[in-house]
Amino acid sequence: MSTCVGIDLGTTHSALSWLKADAEKGRGPGQAVLPVPQLTAPGTVEPKLLLPSFLYLAAPQEFPEGSLALPWKSVATQITGEFARSHGAKVPTRLVSSAKSWLTHPTVDRRAAVLPWQAPDDVQKISPVDASARYLEHLRHAWDKAFGATQKLAEQSVVLTVPASFDAAARDLTLEAAQKAGLPQVTLLEEPQAALYAWLEAAGDDWRRSLKPDDVLLVIDVGGGTSDFSLIGVTQKDGDLSLERLAVGDHILLGGDNMDLALAYALAEKLKAAGKSLDAWQLNALTHAARAAKEQLFSTPKADKLPVTVPGRGSSLIGGTIKTELTADELGTLLTQGFFPRVEVGEAPVQQRRSGLGQVSLPWAQDAAITRHLGAFLSRQAQSLSLRTRFARPTAVLFNGGVFKATALKNRVLEVINGWLQADGAAPARVLEGSDLDLAVARGAAYYGWVKAGHGIRIRGGTARSYYVGVESSMPAVPGFVPPVKALCVAPFGMEEGTQADVPAQEFGLVVGEATRFRFFSSSTRRGDAVGTMLDDAERTEGLEELPAIETTLSGKAGALVPVSLQAAVTELGALELRCVERQGSGAWKLELNVREP
Amino acid sequence: MSFFDRLKLALSILFGGNLPAPEQKALPPPVEKPIAPPAPPSPAQAHASGLFLLGLLQREGRLLDFLKEDVSGFADGDVGAAARLVHEGCRKVLSQYVTIAPVEAKAEGAPMEVAAGFDSNRVRLVGNVTGAGPWKGSLKHHGWVATAVTLPPVPTTVDLTVLAPAEVELP
Repeated sequence: MSTCVGIDLGTTHSALSWLKADAEKGRGPGQAVLPVPQLTAPGTVEPKLLLPSFLYLAAPQEFPEGSLALPWKSVATQITGEFARSHGAKVPTRLVSSAKSWLTHPTVDRRAAVLPWQAPDDVQKISPVDASARYLEHLRHAWDKAFGATQKLAEQSVVLTVPASFDAAARDLTLEAAQKAGLPQVTLLEEPQAALYAWLEAAGDDWRRSLKPDDVLLVIDVGGGTSDFSLIGVTQKDGDLSLERLAVGDHILLGGDNMDLALAYALAEKLKAAGKSLDAWQLNALTHAARAAKEQLFSTPKADKLPVTVPGRGSSLIGGTIKTELTADELGTLLTQGFFPRVEVGEAPVQQRRSGLGQVSLPWAQDAAITRHLGAFLSRQAQSLSLRTRFARPTAVLFNGGVFKATALKNRVLEVINGWLQADGAAPARVLEGSDLDLAVARGAAYYGWVKAGHGIRIRGGTARSYYVGVESSMPAVPGFVPPVKALCVAPFGMEEGTQADVPAQEFGLVVGEATRFRFFSSSTRRGDAVGTMLDDAERTEGLEELPAIETTLSGKAGALVPVSLQAAVTELGALELRCVERQGSGAWKLELNVREP
Repeated sequence: MSFFDRLKLALSILFGGNLPAPEQKALPPPVEKPIAPPAPPSPAQAHASGLFLLGLLQREGRLLDFLKEDVSGFADGDVGAAARLVHEGCRKVLSQYVTIAPVEAKAEGAPMEVAAGFDSNRVRLVGNVTGAGPWKGSLKHHGWVATAVTLPPVPTTVDLTVLAPAEVELP
């Protein structure tokens, strides 16, 4: 283990960074990132710093023989990276995208081959776990190609990042994907923490001058597909500063890609009004063009409009080109106003009533207003942290994610937060500058590996949720009345890695030898519940969310009810395990908090 | 001159005056079978990297579509709109793969002295070119030089003469 490697397995992009384990100090701002060889066209392999997290399942004969080869693989039918993304846009039924978001899907079996979602039968589908494994495998090969002669990636200290909002099941599936990719030993780290580590490393010893005791740091990470918030507190202990992760937000499927789509749809409407309709291919081209115009318009504040052109699909370029323009007003209305409106801090995000029948798809956020999600998060956490204020007041903000390359959007978010602070008579929050918005997570993850080896400063955290197991109430049957399910706290908020907790003085009967169903709950706000706390009605308790249930058959004599005690453990890798230990005897059963068995 | 004399003369002209001796003609030496020289590369092979670059410019910037289209029937505005697309895409290719810098850092129009023994690859003298230098003149075009080329290796698994495949959409 001579090298600390950080891997950002992103919804839309992945990256890898590293740092020598025996380095005397952090890398400062020059944090190495591995160029990843990937197909950019048939027959063309190019190294790029980002590996787009897209997987294309090619049909036989679709490309010339051997043209999909990579330096480590001569025959391939599955494409990862840049070419998968660009070609997949034209063949959506064979493109796997956002596999990471499917890892958190509440009702889909995440180990079943379901992606691409609703692809025709002859496409060899793949599970969300396997798709994630493919991206990691690609990175492993790229690393081994570069350094494998002396140090294989599987033998290094690898840190893999997950959204702070990932629940225990999604974290476990991420570890499983790593294992399938040939990386059996990886440690998980939350992305907003990784972004902060990258900032800490880049700042060097100066960070102590930028942060003060009692600072509350808000990390806002808006990536391509998800938005993730974390609060990190700065405290002083024995004269030295320490960092503690206080809270994380819920999983919000809303990101930069939604913004580009919003622009493209608005421009398509404008073209439609002018009598020009676009097909799917042109809409995709329009999305690219709109993104380019957006970036240019945001970076030249004086320009009031920019031409947007969509090339004709056929070889006639001039004759087929469709012209329109994006104005600064439209950009302001659609993006700044649409995604970052000035809202009150306590406003709840809009939840549209779903129709009785809905198509199964990713649970996209229904309210596009990121500031509203943010305000709701800060308000919820004020209660949870027992603050006397109406929302948790950040004193400093760290931005992460490509969306914030647009300074205008960064400024808008800051303006909204400072508006909330000002209304309460609090001082405005300051911005922590100086980390790379695209690569910070991978870099910070590598740095964390180094910190774990005993250097630098560590952010303390533990689990960002408390976990509960459902226990059936025993009561006489009453017609028309379903007895409520009680929730027993098995893992409290803030349980640290490498620790375990015994549920005190309770004995349970565990059904073995036949199919049984376990229900699980978690909460991101109930931090007062200690291990063993019993909540009377899980479904009516505020702040409690149900996780996918487990249906399983535990080995044993059919129909037997074995007296057990419960024990929860958070592994060094950051996964949560629940064990049932037989009271009189040697039996032990592990309940994996992940997916239902097929 | 007899017929044979005339023939001899003709042959001697053909063979540069060294007519092979008659006995050699009667018994030619065994011809050693020469090892077949490698077939000269086809133009497509010899210029593979050029074709590859054309394909790249078409893929990213639709350059071939633009150049192959008859622009005479279109209004300047339409040509301009398409030119923006081509400009953006081809510029991306250029900035990605070739670092290009002016040969001369001086502003165009500025007076410039060219020393004797200058690098005639980098500088071309035009106008009244006399004498052995040094020359005094003014810079008309600063020139371009590729200071770094980072093109990927030319693919060997695809037919590079196909600059853009035909695209067939299945309903």
